[in-house]
Amino acid sequence: MAHASTLERLDSPHRLTMLEGVDEGVNKCIHCGLCLAYCPTYSELGTEMDSPRGRIYLIKSLAEGRIALTDSVVEHLSLCLDCRACETVCPSGVPYGQLIEAAKAEIERQRPGGPLRRLVRWVNLDLLLPRPRLLALAASALRFYQRSGLQQLVRATGLLRILPGTLSAWEALLPDLPPAHEREPLAEVIPADGARRARVGLLTGCVQAVVFGAHNRATVRVLTRNGAEVHVPRAQGCCGALHAHAGEHARAQELARRTIDAFEAASVEVVVVNTSGCGAHMKAYWHLLKDDPAYAERARALSLKVQDIAEFLAREPLRGPLAPVPMTATYHDPCHVVHGQKIRTQPRRLLSQIPGLTLVELNEADWCCGSAGLYNLTQPEMATRLQERKGRNILATGAEAVVTANPGCIIQIAQGLRAQGAAVKVLHLVEVLDAAYRRA
Amino acid sequence: MATLTESRKQSLRRALEAIVGKSAVLSDREELMVYESDGLTLFRALADFVAFPTSTEQVSALVKLASQEGLPFVARGAGTGLSGGCLPSEGGLVIALSRMTRILEVDYDNHLAVVEPGLVNLHLSWAVGPRGFYYAPDPSSQQACTIGGNIANNSGGPHTLKYGVTTNHVLGLEVVLPDGEVVWLGAKTREPQGYDLTGIFVGSEGTFGIATKIVVRLLRKPQAVKTVLAVFDEINRASEAVSAIIARGLVPAALEMIDQVTIQAVEDAFGCGYPRDAAAALLIELDGLAAGMEAQAAGVVAACMEAGAREVRTAKDEAERQLLWKGRKSAFGSYGRVSPAYMVMDGVIPRTKLPYVLRRVNEIVAAHGLRVGNVFHAGDGNLHPNILYDPRRPGEEARVVQAGAEILKVCAEVGGSISGEHGIGLEKMDYMPFIFSPADLATMHRVKEAFNPRGLCNPGKIFPTKKSCVEVGPGYRPHPIEEKGLAQRF
Ligand SMILES: Cc1cc2nc3c(=O)[nH]c(=O)nc-3n(C[C@H](O)[C@H](O)[C@H](O)COP(=O)(O)OP(=O)(O)OC[C@H]3O[C@@H](n4cnc5c(N)ncnc54)[C@H](O)[C@@H]3O)c2cc1C
Ligand code: SF4
Ligand code: SF4
Repeated sequence: MAHASTLERLDSPHRLTMLEGVDEGVNKCIHCGLCLAYCPTYSELGTEMDSPRGRIYLIKSLAEGRIALTDSVVEHLSLCLDCRACETVCPSGVPYGQLIEAAKAEIERQRPGGPLRRLVRWVNLDLLLPRPRLLALAASALRFYQRSGLQQLVRATGLLRILPGTLSAWEALLPDLPPAHEREPLAEVIPADGARRARVGLLTGCVQAVVFGAHNRATVRVLTRNGAEVHVPRAQGCCGALHAHAGEHARAQELARRTIDAFEAASVEVVVVNTSGCGAHMKAYWHLLKDDPAYAERARALSLKVQDIAEFLAREPLRGPLAPVPMTATYHDPCHVVHGQKIRTQPRRLLSQIPGLTLVELNEADWCCGSAGLYNLTQPEMATRLQERKGRNILATGAEAVVTANPGCIIQIAQGLRAQGAAVKVLHLVEVLDAAYRRA
Repeated sequence: MATLTESRKQSLRRALEAIVGKSAVLSDREELMVYESDGLTLFRALADFVAFPTSTEQVSALVKLASQEGLPFVARGAGTGLSGGCLPSEGGLVIALSRMTRILEVDYDNHLAVVEPGLVNLHLSWAVGPRGFYYAPDPSSQQACTIGGNIANNSGGPHTLKYGVTTNHVLGLEVVLPDGEVVWLGAKTREPQGYDLTGIFVGSEGTFGIATKIVVRLLRKPQAVKTVLAVFDEINRASEAVSAIIARGLVPAALEMIDQVTIQAVEDAFGCGYPRDAAAALLIELDGLAAGMEAQAAGVVAACMEAGAREVRTAKDEAERQLLWKGRKSAFGSYGRVSPAYMVMDGVIPRTKLPYVLRRVNEIVAAHGLRVGNVFHAGDGNLHPNILYDPRRPGEEARVVQAGAEILKVCAEVGGSISGEHGIGLEKMDYMPFIFSPADLATMHRVKEAFNPRGLCNPGKIFPTKKSCVEVGPGYRPHPIEEKGLAQRF
């Protein structure tokens, strides 16, 4: 019996803990295959285990105890970008995002990895992400490291490859860090410019606040110009999206509770988010905390308040005056905006209100660029393939700039274009809007 | 499959890897499992290997190896088939064409393209769209299914009413025969000399060999298109409208019916603008020259109103038209909203028998304590009753199969057929005698023998065989040889 061990493993845990409750979701999949050609990993590899239908089948088989969590199963599930393109096209309404998160949590439960990997994860997910200030400190150190020429040396010597995951991770993520004044905290309340439309809370994020402080500043300016009284609760931290995607269920719940507390205290009507993963995740807080009696209702209330920046702004015509921003631009849909939150027309509508800006459509605009949270760190090969594919599509438009709405995508796309030797600018939607206001 | 010893499996794997490379062969059970079904989950069969060739030469080498080793093999496109056609019903090798997706040549002057078999149907129309062309056969699964699979099943779609099925759009094929030899059937011209072997290959459900290049016709996009939605409070009236439209001498490009159960599922899925309380709706499309289009549309509207439509409206722009089609094309998939599983039937009947047959379908399904949703190509009498069921309820699957057989029998009795476009595959082989005499079947068998004398190429399909080790229904059931202790499942 060559496979006795597999059989035993199948018999004992039979029901996998984190996968309890996926039944309803997996049974919604009727195996029609209509999602296949929209899945980036299937499209690249042609293997059904790396397609939505195949992954759902694996999850279903795991939940039924037909198969065990072998290396290859883990690999196929981990290769999923969690981009949720499959959810957009699935006629049957399979809640794919929930299924893959449950599966990743189960992988984490059964295979937490070695001590080094755990340390790396701890530094990233538990130490740095939830503590923006510490992250800022680390960022200053990194900034020094960038400036000092050490970076070239490290990159050139390939030292990074042997440094444990985390440093090379942040190293790769780093665009040029903004100077310190750009990273200073925003005021807690910024009044509306003109007639007040709403009390709006702003999620400043973790990595976002540090690396892309400028986006938050631009967001505040654009919001206030459009009648928002912006509240930036100091007590907020990381929203927990990356933890949830990495399978750290308990930690994700804890961070969600903290975020809910912070925005409740500010008593805002809307919570605006300018990073796609965070927005989509916060809209799903209700699901994450549905079994927590103290928070279930409050989570639901907060989820309902969350709006992507484009979603909020596009509800009304932009308030003027807007100066021309003469350029040809194209728009890349971040996965967790277009698939996670079904926001497709709003950013395009906003861009088309800017005088002088010509918007051209991008082929495969709603395909993942390979950034996908920490994916470009954990699955570099596939991430690079998708990054190149995105770059080729962008170049084919002939646009001078590609506009998007998520820091992860900006870094990933900019890196890709640089590697292809292209001089196309990569901008956040709020930067373009802000430019139109500031020039006016 | 259980009959291969571990050492033979190892050596076969090495031989396969030598042809396509290490990363292009699967043999782990977990990985093979995702290949055990197609779009019809009623049947499951586990392969020993899945291989991913990237060229004709590799396909030929794989087939030669399988043939030498006596290993059954079967081609697989996207696995959206609805009759179990691409299942490895006797184990062996699945040749997955998902890495052969290139468009090799587009000849706009002669209106043709040469494509690889794994190309997704819709991707061809996307590629030639900017030049004003498209590929006409449009199965509702066109966003996922492959041209190779379409060839094998001679697939149709809503627009086959006017434009014909796949076979009307294929000029030539490069085929790897079941002994590994590479031949060309047909050519790039319309009127090839000799036997119409292309015509024989199209619709052979993967039992005559594997198509590796396909020459297809491209059509120019019509100058004008009009899409009409007619809403009915009684399904009979909708059936009457179908006949009334045709009786007026109109030839719509598409004439589709969608019933209430289906409308509700589709509206849940995408909110496409079908009225939820309607008993049935007809989606009618006219295309062609702009001149005369208005008059034709008026004719359609009048025919529907006379038959008793509650409301008739014309899509006001391309966006609304696309949305209506999205609803129609997502119909099968949307059943997941209202039922954990469904089995789609694929009967064909004379159009005039529509009211009678639809009534019988409802009666049969109700008698088995089940529900049904209907969405189909009404214009050419190609029914798709979708029997909704829950595989977890004991006995339900057996009742579905029984009800399905009774429905197909009704189709055969009124002078129709048991398959319009989904193929016989595994699903309907036992129903072949409903429409074919023993002599008919023997003739077909002789053609198959000519192409596939050893029966290694997609065995266990179309004609009933006893060797099959396909599982039906939920849960793993041990194969008889497993029960006898002759083999084990891993
Ligand atoms: C939601 C949905 C809607 C559908 N709507 C329609 C419809 O409107 N009209 C319609 O006709 N069908 C429809 N189908 C059925 C199915 O999509 C078609 O039969 C399609 O042609 C199958 O293509 P595939 O690539 O998925 O083939 P597969 O399912 O992978 O294979 C089908 C058959 O083709 C053979 N095959 C595959 N590639 C080759 C090759 N290169 N050479 C030789 N044989 C090959 C296989 O062995 C098998 O026998 C629908 C299916 C679904 C799930
Ligand atoms: S996930 Fe949805 S689209 Fe994909 S196979 Fe399942 S039901 Fe079909
Ligand atoms: S989430 Fe993205 S990568 Fe994962 S299965 Fe769906 S489409 Fe594929």
